[in-house]
Amino acid sequence: MLPWLTPMLEDLLVEAALETLVMVGGAAAIAVLFGLPLALLLHATAPGGLAPSAALNRPLGLVVNAVRSTPFIILMVAIVPFTRLVAGTSIGTGAAIVPLALAATAFIARLFENALREVDRGVVEAARAMGASRLQIVLKVLVPEALPGLLAAITVTLVSLVGYSAMAGAVGGGGLGDLGIRFGYQRFMPEVMATVVLILILFVQGLQSLGDWLVRRLRRR
Amino acid sequence: MMLDQPGPDLPVAAGRVPPAIRLTGLRRHFRGAPAPALDGISLEVAPGEVFGVIGRSGAGKSTLIRCVNLLERPDAGRVEVLGGDLTAEGEAGLRTARRGIGMVFQHFNLLASRTVAGNIAFPLEVAGVPRAEREARVAELLPLVGLAEKRDAWPAQLSGGQKQRVGIARALASAPSILLCDEATSALDPETTTEILGLLADLRSRLRLTVLLITHEMAVVKALCDRVAVLEAGRVIEQGPVFDVFTRPRAATTRRFVAEVIGHDVPPGTLAALPAPGPGEARRLLRVLFAGPHSTRAVVSEASRRFALDLNIVAGRIDAIGARPFGIMALAAYGVPEAVEAAILWMRGLGLTVDELAWEEG
Ligand SMILES: Nc1ncnc2c1ncn2[C@@H]1O[C@H](COP(=O)(O)OP(=O)(O)OP(=O)(O)O)[C@@H](O)[C@H]1O
Ligand SMILES: [Mg+2]
Repeated sequence: MLPWLTPMLEDLLVEAALETLVMVGGAAAIAVLFGLPLALLLHATAPGGLAPSAALNRPLGLVVNAVRSTPFIILMVAIVPFTRLVAGTSIGTGAAIVPLALAATAFIARLFENALREVDRGVVEAARAMGASRLQIVLKVLVPEALPGLLAAITVTLVSLVGYSAMAGAVGGGGLGDLGIRFGYQRFMPEVMATVVLILILFVQGLQSLGDWLVRRLRRR
Repeated sequence: MMLDQPGPDLPVAAGRVPPAIRLTGLRRHFRGAPAPALDGISLEVAPGEVFGVIGRSGAGKSTLIRCVNLLERPDAGRVEVLGGDLTAEGEAGLRTARRGIGMVFQHFNLLASRTVAGNIAFPLEVAGVPRAEREARVAELLPLVGLAEKRDAWPAQLSGGQKQRVGIARALASAPSILLCDEATSALDPETTTEILGLLADLRSRLRLTVLLITHEMAVVKALCDRVAVLEAGRVIEQGPVFDVFTRPRAATTRRFVAEVIGHDVPPGTLAALPAPGPGEARRLLRVLFAGPHSTRAVVSEASRRFALDLNIVAGRIDAIGARPFGIMALAAYGVPEAVEAAILWMRGLGLTVDELAWEEG
């Protein structure tokens, strides 16, 4: 398929690409799963929100910021005990998902929160005037109205995760980044490095285009 | 002959029917604000009445109307709607009560993620009405607001007037008997405003709605309201039947509002151009309000003849509020001082309202 690579390297490449896919996909899925409730909680407890509470909002915001401001490579090392607890091991693709998911959750929670903040306060007020409960406002107003913004946030997170996954790969998670370092750099095979970079670019481009297309489709109406 | 009829006979004034909305001593002081937004407001709106609240920007209008369905909780005071004390309700009770109070907003506040039908069905969905019933109700409401063709359109595809029609249909979805309108036409052009006001007037009589609306445009009050209250700095400075407030505004703010739609004041410059009184002559500037079947010309010419006055019409116009016509005229009267006095008394005897306009002697 790729004439400048040996069949063995081609197989390694396919395997690495799949590992990257698993890391990015797995971490993103977990990030959305935990990030959305977290963002809703941050949004609701903020001043002027549905259930303002500084006692909840401040510490939550602090934790999210702490995770976000810790360099990923340090975060990865710092939470090794936690990773072992969750994944049973601290090396391999599965284990790499843990720090990736943690970083992505904090990242996406802030992006989601911004998207929720973009929802017109007037619309929320109208829902309140019509007798909607807080849960109904969240499920029937906030989330559907913020959907284009939420999707854009998922796209940005996926793209960032591709980059982070290369880092996670380098410390034993496998994936394209790992392959690029091991063959392209350590064994000085520039054609492998170039191929890895090319695939990563295509990956990111594809994700971004798909995300943009979905957001445009939603925004058009 | 009744020239100066009393305002519409309101049952609430006569104490026969409990008011649809009764606000008592509402106060709201926002944290950090130099003055309270609401400073002791008491109002009663009779069932079936359209009650307008007018005021300048920042007067507290939005705060007031948001207190009626407790979107804003007043610091003090009582809000009673259809006899129930909303200020005493908890969250759940409030939600139920709000379903009986429709609300229309200046910026429409439609859900961009739902079609026209989806928006109108929203309050029903929230109230747990089954789908089939919701759809039937939407199908009923669409033609009522003239949007039968737009059922599946998205809000982004609608004009401002169409959006407000959706807003009105949505407010009426759960068949409330009370409608709150917060500047419902302020974001619309004059033509669309007229259309929407017409729709509200039509719905009001068809559905026997009680409407509380706030606005900063006197034209809206004139077109739609039975009674009006003027709000300034969180207080009601004047209220009464629209006809009375329009024809005899008392507070300076009210006069300015009224002047927007019916000029009470004499155009500047006209007075300076009037001839000076002759020796032994008095000159008075009068504002005469005709609110009945009198012909303005007949009164002027007869007064002139009877009292040997020179009556100079400086400004005047004829208008109607509801179905009641009225005329307002500024007259410069020249004559023997006693005769001018006598003419004023004579006109008042006919039931006309005669005020002396302030006039700086040049
Ligand atoms: N949530 C709030 N927090 C603090 N101050 C507020 C708040 N809402 C209103 N105010 C203040 O209360 C006063 C009355 O505001 P309100 O919105 O009721 O005026 P309004 O008559 O509706 O004005 P407009 O015609 O501009 O809509 C204003 O001084 C405003 O700044
Ligand atoms: Mg306002």
